[in-house]
Amino acid sequence: MNLWTVETLVPLPVLVPLFAAGLALALHKFDRAQRIISVVALSVVVAAAAGLVVAAKDGPVVVDVGGWAAPVGVNLVADPLSALMLLVSGVVLLCVLLYSMAQGIADGNDRTAPATKDTKILREALEAQDPDADEDTRRDVLPVAIFHPTFLILAAGVADAFLAGDLFNLYVGFEILLAASYVLLTLGGTVERIRAGSVYVVVALLSSIVFLVAVGLVYAATGTVNMAQLAERLPDVDPGVRLGIQALLLLAFGIKAAIFPLSAWLPDSYPTAPAPVTAVFAGLLTKVGVYAILRTQTLLFPRNEALETVLLVLALATMIVGILGAVAQDDVKRLLSFTLVSHIGYMIFGVALATQASTAAAIFYVVHHITVQTALFLVVGLIERRTGTTSLDRLGGLATLAPGLAILFFVPAMNLAGIPPLSGFLGKVGLLEAGVVDGSALAWVLVVGSVVTSLLTLYAVVRAWNKAFWQPCPEKLPEPTPLPWGMVGPTAALVAISVGLTVVAGPLYDYADRAAESVMDGHTYIEAVFPDGAPRGTGESNKVTDDDTVEVGP
Amino acid sequence: MIVLDTVPSGALLLTVGVLFASGVYLLLERSLTRVLLGFVLMGNGANLAILVAGGRAGAPPITGAETAEPMSDPLAQAMVLTSIVITLALVAFVLAMAYRSWQLHGHDEVQDDLEDTRIARLADADAPSYADSDAEESGSTLDEEAVAVRDEVALPDPATPPGPGARGGDGA
Repeated sequence: MNLWTVETLVPLPVLVPLFAAGLALALHKFDRAQRIISVVALSVVVAAAAGLVVAAKDGPVVVDVGGWAAPVGVNLVADPLSALMLLVSGVVLLCVLLYSMAQGIADGNDRTAPATKDTKILREALEAQDPDADEDTRRDVLPVAIFHPTFLILAAGVADAFLAGDLFNLYVGFEILLAASYVLLTLGGTVERIRAGSVYVVVALLSSIVFLVAVGLVYAATGTVNMAQLAERLPDVDPGVRLGIQALLLLAFGIKAAIFPLSAWLPDSYPTAPAPVTAVFAGLLTKVGVYAILRTQTLLFPRNEALETVLLVLALATMIVGILGAVAQDDVKRLLSFTLVSHIGYMIFGVALATQASTAAAIFYVVHHITVQTALFLVVGLIERRTGTTSLDRLGGLATLAPGLAILFFVPAMNLAGIPPLSGFLGKVGLLEAGVVDGSALAWVLVVGSVVTSLLTLYAVVRAWNKAFWQPCPEKLPEPTPLPWGMVGPTAALVAISVGLTVVAGPLYDYADRAAESVMDGHTYIEAVFPDGAPRGTGESNKVTDDDTVEVGP
Repeated sequence: MIVLDTVPSGALLLTVGVLFASGVYLLLERSLTRVLLGFVLMGNGANLAILVAGGRAGAPPITGAETAEPMSDPLAQAMVLTSIVITLALVAFVLAMAYRSWQLHGHDEVQDDLEDTRIARLADADAPSYADSDAEESGSTLDEEAVAVRDEVALPDPATPPGPGARGGDGA
């Protein structure tokens, strides 16, 4: 097989972070090596994703892992949608990684994690005990630095979920990223994080089981888990069984994406993690759920009126209930978590309308929301570092204390609320247009709901802005500590990217439209996976058919 | 072409059902260890369900060892193998978390969120969720501020003498 083809790029976003994670774990004694490995690995992911975005433009790029063709073998499919998602998530992951390196949670300098304080105490005790011992023997007793390996595994899991060409591989991708997220969320093992972590883990475990059962049912009903083959076979399945499977999958993905009745876990879990971890969770993890819903709704179960109505109602409830929750919060992190839940509603709105225009708008909105939500959480991390709190009752006067922070907060906050001409506005307009074109009563209710949610978002973020930056400071804030450039830089870069989405909105929207066209029309996907029809569909490995010299038995 | 008897065995289906029922029951508990046991049961139930989805048992699915006809479905087995490994890893993690919780609290119960309780209490008392900072800004209450301001447009109300009580009712 020729190494220099586009197909080579497809497995890279999964393989490189996985191998790098192993390497980083092996080299846990060398901070600098760990850092270099993670940065290089994620840079490769971004580069590969950028290549795939270009390559997938003309049609999905398919790779049969291990040389066994679909449907028996595992295949990775990079169509415009997954390539776009990969690129955005790669960029976001890289920025967050740089930010967290500067914050030093990887090295145990994070003041919010007492377990790492244990490390410090342990280190001091060791030094008192034996001042002459060399660093190597001391490090053997200290806990292993796991942040970098875990973060890389999270990246691999996200990439695997986006690229998965079959339902079971999607499940595996989800599990990889969830397992990594459990570790990141309970990093340090403090009281608060274990409390938040247990709720998060139990809910996530439950959703995984539901997903696994759905996979089992799909296999029982159709005899395959390959998405392209499922798209061909599912229409022949008994409608009742099909509806059941679809509902189960929606339930599983709905928990992961935090759609309204299934979203209660999110605002409890996210705010307790370290800022960069929350940022990457908020940006990416829920969007993987949205991506899975988008993929299954369009490819596997196109046009199911009943469930589309249900999804529309849920989208409305998610928007309204989420934003009302945000309005009631007095902690910026929790406020942002609630806006996150609320804005998932917009994407579900786009998916549920199930037209090409609405899907394109939803895809554009996902891209916008990943960057903006991550940027906001990173800024809040900066605020927390500067002032030691994120409570709106205790914050104040930051506009004079830290004017740079004020700008960094204001721009993505306005973007989130959808002020023209920022990308949030463009995404929302696209969704509203799609809703108006649909014209049904429910779609009109959703349109009104979206506008109301948008205004309430504006209210929530402006209130946070007023209280944190403008009101006189209720308590004396700690003495100014300079924020490291390593933290401000990636944040500013993400804010710039989120603004830049406005500049490139035209081409990006065209690309999202193309991605929507390709997911709405299942034929391109199916033809890409099964290019020569039946022979490839038998699942025979290229190698076996080419050489025909496989030795069997002794 | 592999042709198998695809009607699953009733005993296996019953086992799946029992595993799920007991799993859900345990999952509803507050103690993390019981939740974990519930997860183990449900995980086994799900794995068994996938195995059942592969049809009835046949000969080991090894190429060349048997002819294709009585072979059982290898794909279901491969998937179950993967998901067993995943379940095992997650059980290890939850066990560690339950242990850490026990270390910190002396029990391993899943706790309520404090913030939720706080908001519920505020809602119960019909109090705003955040303090208004207007009063702090001007250094006096809104009433005092209103007295100091001379309304250029509104005509004085002859019925009431000017003073602290003269301001409009909608000032707040």
